[in-house]
Amino acid sequence: MSEEGQLDWMLRANLAPKGKRPDFLGDPDKEKLLSMVLALTGELAVTRLRLDTIERMLGVDQAAIDAYAPDPQAGQERGEWLREYIARIMRGPQQAMEAMARTGDRPLDEVSRELRDI
Amino acid sequence: MSKIDVPPPYTAVTRHGMFPTPRHDEAARFDFLANLNKYLAGTLGPGNQAAYERDVLPAFVAEHGREPKDRHEIRHAMNRHPHHRFWSSAKRNSMEMRQQAGRTMVLRQLDELDARANQLNHGKATLQLAEEVAVPRYQQAVDIHCMPGSYHGQERPGDVSAGANYDCGIFATTGGGLGALSDGGGQALAKWAATQRPGWRPRRILDIGATVGHNIVPLALAFPEAEIVAIDTAAPVLRYGHARAQSLGATNLQFVQANAEDLSRWPDGYFDWVQTTMFLHETSGKALPRILAEGYRVLAPGGLMLHLEQPQYGPDMPLYEQFIRDWDAYNNNEPFWSGMHGLDLKDEMVKAGFERDELFTTGVRAVVDETVFPAAKAGDKEDHGRAAVWHAYGAWKRAAA
Repeated sequence: MSEEGQLDWMLRANLAPKGKRPDFLGDPDKEKLLSMVLALTGELAVTRLRLDTIERMLGVDQAAIDAYAPDPQAGQERGEWLREYIARIMRGPQQAMEAMARTGDRPLDEVSRELRDI
Repeated sequence: MSKIDVPPPYTAVTRHGMFPTPRHDEAARFDFLANLNKYLAGTLGPGNQAAYERDVLPAFVAEHGREPKDRHEIRHAMNRHPHHRFWSSAKRNSMEMRQQAGRTMVLRQLDELDARANQLNHGKATLQLAEEVAVPRYQQAVDIHCMPGSYHGQERPGDVSAGANYDCGIFATTGGGLGALSDGGGQALAKWAATQRPGWRPRRILDIGATVGHNIVPLALAFPEAEIVAIDTAAPVLRYGHARAQSLGATNLQFVQANAEDLSRWPDGYFDWVQTTMFLHETSGKALPRILAEGYRVLAPGGLMLHLEQPQYGPDMPLYEQFIRDWDAYNNNEPFWSGMHGLDLKDEMVKAGFERDELFTTGVRAVVDETVFPAAKAGDKEDHGRAAVWHAYGAWKRAAA
């Protein structure tokens, strides 16, 4: 919950699942970077699809786009969008940070062995 | 030139009465993930086998003087190969991004989703929640499928976020292969029953581990006069599933919070059909036999028990295939996947009470929603665990003499 008592749904959506994350690349920093690169790849795809949607729906006046400046309300909305956007990209580092504060996550092969016997 | 095979757009998903409303960019995120999954499975996936045959197996033989003796030795060796490490890390990220995409879409509209669920669920006797049903220990160890909070998680008491997030992502992770309602498994069951036993009218059907009920609604609609009971231990998915079923007109379908290890609320022989669909691998070594034994007890003479799963790792399955099918066990939080698929389910069903000659196995292929999606091609690279083909392990219980 945020200070205003509302669900901070972007940060909640980013929560790491319970269970120790496998070490794929042998370097936690590489893991974070790959997660960011893939997220950025995805968000670029989303942006291109949105542009394509708009161009197909409207037809584009390039000069008007170059001349555009957001009014205060639009500026605020774009700022809020950027805040969400950055949190989305930072899922990997956020989850790694949360994992540092959490104990009791166990390796999957250990849990896997145990579940055959409980 | 033939058309390039790509997953259907997310906007082709059916928006039943509980489905979260996707915005443009949310749909586009799922489109990206469906295509990324297809690329990882179909394009980079075969590199794993090449890495095994070219590098990993020869190195293993050189070091040990023998081939790997089981899938675990292959896994430990493959986990040192750069291609497999990168592929696994990318695939894990894809799973995590799917959860992020689903949860961002669901949580921002949770007030609206909860209101819709309350409206559809209010005062209905067909939703029976029981707070005393504990989350089983085998569901507590990790969050299944890397779903934060798993099936039983809540953002606030009484919400439907877990069910809505689970439901909304299936279309993207399966590339639409399960149809616009992601109910291809249930559609396949209804078609299979109609083919196997034309005119059969089961009076009562039990679906164990039903989650959001996507695989039982087609049976409820196929047998409208039957009493259908869907059970799960997790209230959040039952709340969502019941509302979803109501919105789809499946009003003969009860959602009951219960643990299948103890079905004592139902008498012996109560159900004509006891069903699980991609469920047994989410239990545990001791829970699975208890669930099968209880299922046998409540199954009527002449009735059907059927389990849809991925194939078991029998002695006929190559070790490499066992290893690659095991990926989700260790990398997508499916901790009983490996142990369960290593069992002989036929032996387990005999231990539960069946005679060996009552058992059968068969393949069940998803009924593809061809009005919206191109039929899955037989030669498609299988994305293990998410493919729209199942192996069914079943038994017809002998009718009373």
